[in-house]
Amino acid sequence: MSILKLGALRGQLEIKEFLRQRESVVFTLAFPVILLFIFGSVFKNTIAPGVTFSQYFVAGMVASGLVNTGFQQLAIAIPMSRDLGTLKRLRGTPMSPISYFIGKAIVVTASMLFQVALLLGFGALLFGLHLPTSGILWLRFTWLILLGSACSTVLGIAFSSVPKSGRGASAVVSPIVIVLQFLSGVFFVFSDLPKWMQDIAALFPLKWLTQGMRSVFLPSDFAMKEAAHSWELGKTALILVIWLIIGTLLSIRTFKWSEE
Amino acid sequence: MTSQHAAISVKGLRKSYAGKDAVAGLDLEVAKGEIFAILGPNGAGKTTTVEILEGYRKRDSGEVLVLGEDPENPHSGELHWRNRIGIVLQSVNDAGDLSVSETLHHYAHYYSHAKDPDSVIGLVGLSEKKDAKIATLSGGQRRRLDVALGIIGSPEILFLDEPTTGFDPEARRAFWELIRTLRDEGTTILLTTHYLDEAEALADRVAVINKGLVIEVASPELLGGRATASATVSWSEGGNSRSEETDSPTRFVQDLATRFKGEIPDLAISRPSLEDIYLRMIGEA
Repeated sequence: MSILKLGALRGQLEIKEFLRQRESVVFTLAFPVILLFIFGSVFKNTIAPGVTFSQYFVAGMVASGLVNTGFQQLAIAIPMSRDLGTLKRLRGTPMSPISYFIGKAIVVTASMLFQVALLLGFGALLFGLHLPTSGILWLRFTWLILLGSACSTVLGIAFSSVPKSGRGASAVVSPIVIVLQFLSGVFFVFSDLPKWMQDIAALFPLKWLTQGMRSVFLPSDFAMKEAAHSWELGKTALILVIWLIIGTLLSIRTFKWSEE
Repeated sequence: MTSQHAAISVKGLRKSYAGKDAVAGLDLEVAKGEIFAILGPNGAGKTTTVEILEGYRKRDSGEVLVLGEDPENPHSGELHWRNRIGIVLQSVNDAGDLSVSETLHHYAHYYSHAKDPDSVIGLVGLSEKKDAKIATLSGGQRRRLDVALGIIGSPEILFLDEPTTGFDPEARRAFWELIRTLRDEGTTILLTTHYLDEAEALADRVAVINKGLVIEVASPELLGGRATASATVSWSEGGNSRSEETDSPTRFVQDLATRFKGEIPDLAISRPSLEDIYLRMIGEA
């Protein structure tokens, strides 16, 4: 069977497995909605004419969702299946590693789409989130999601070689994600952060994804309030592509099927 | 030169970890279609050797051919080579959210000559558990699933690393039957085991490994000169138990019978068991 077809089958299987782990379904999918509910209820201030903090926050949570379902999930789940020996067994079969990676990308994309739908639904219903009205914005939303989740998937696979054990993985991975969220303008308005913090955040994809999502969900004149007084979409695409390439190369070179 | 025609051929295999030799110049030749057992104490180099053959580990030096290919770099392509072998690892502990049947049907897609998943489930005796989630299986049932996954692709060579650990006696016998069936279908089987009775019951030939080297290769009946080893004759005389090692037990017993003028009290003649021979070989007795 072809590598792609097996990849699709892996994706199907992974989705089935994911849905059967109820705790992780609830945690990964509902957690951002819970955060949105808390932040949206606490911070009711407007940060610019016609822009509430909860709108700003939804854009950040959609971007974070890409990091959670891709990077965070994979960088924790892969070391766990390595501990269990599942990966070593797969390595012993004629299934191509590429099929395995495709399967992971599929389960990440599926759970991410579901999560985005939940966030947008709740955001629109409870916190006055304006869904994009023009085709151009939806198109922009689509490429941001595709590029963002691809980037997040390969970086998650690449980072899965870092934790020494499945049990310790969450302790290594989760703080990184949380710190990045603070630095990248998810929990705070990015332009309010000190310059040095903005500079650090600009090295990582999350800052660019959140900014990109704001360009989709906030009024176009809000661009002037950004740190660079622009949405910087070209730069965003470039930086995401660079991380995608770095992540892919690292995944291929450093992936560990078992702890020797 | 290693032979192209053997199923497995190993010459001068070496592998060390942190300067310590795990495998120290090991030679091995497994013919097509035989059941070959590797016996050895913990740390003898069994798992390292087998994992090199399975393509999981890189060797430091030596020649290795499995189905005529170098496991480190099969010239027909790694996946093509893997399509021809089956591996049952020592410990796999899947998360267990899938059922037995789902897992086997999925793995069947990986191979170009997969067996029918449902008949494999029957073969390993898991028919009643086919819709059960893996998490609910007992240790022995999980092991049987491991075996099912190892044979689903109709492998030409099956590697079994301590396959019956945790089996009850009945399950072990059923498993041995299964292995013989596979051999009769032409599968070459390489198995490592701690159990001497398993090697004795199954293997056409046994290699005893210690300290990274093969000490001897022979059929279980002939291992360690077992067939020609001195017999021990024991009996009772004057209220004491006596015993004597002899190379000619028949003549010895005849002489005894003459001396006792008939029945010899508590007479027994024994040859060393495979276990006695094995322990002597690895220097434990």
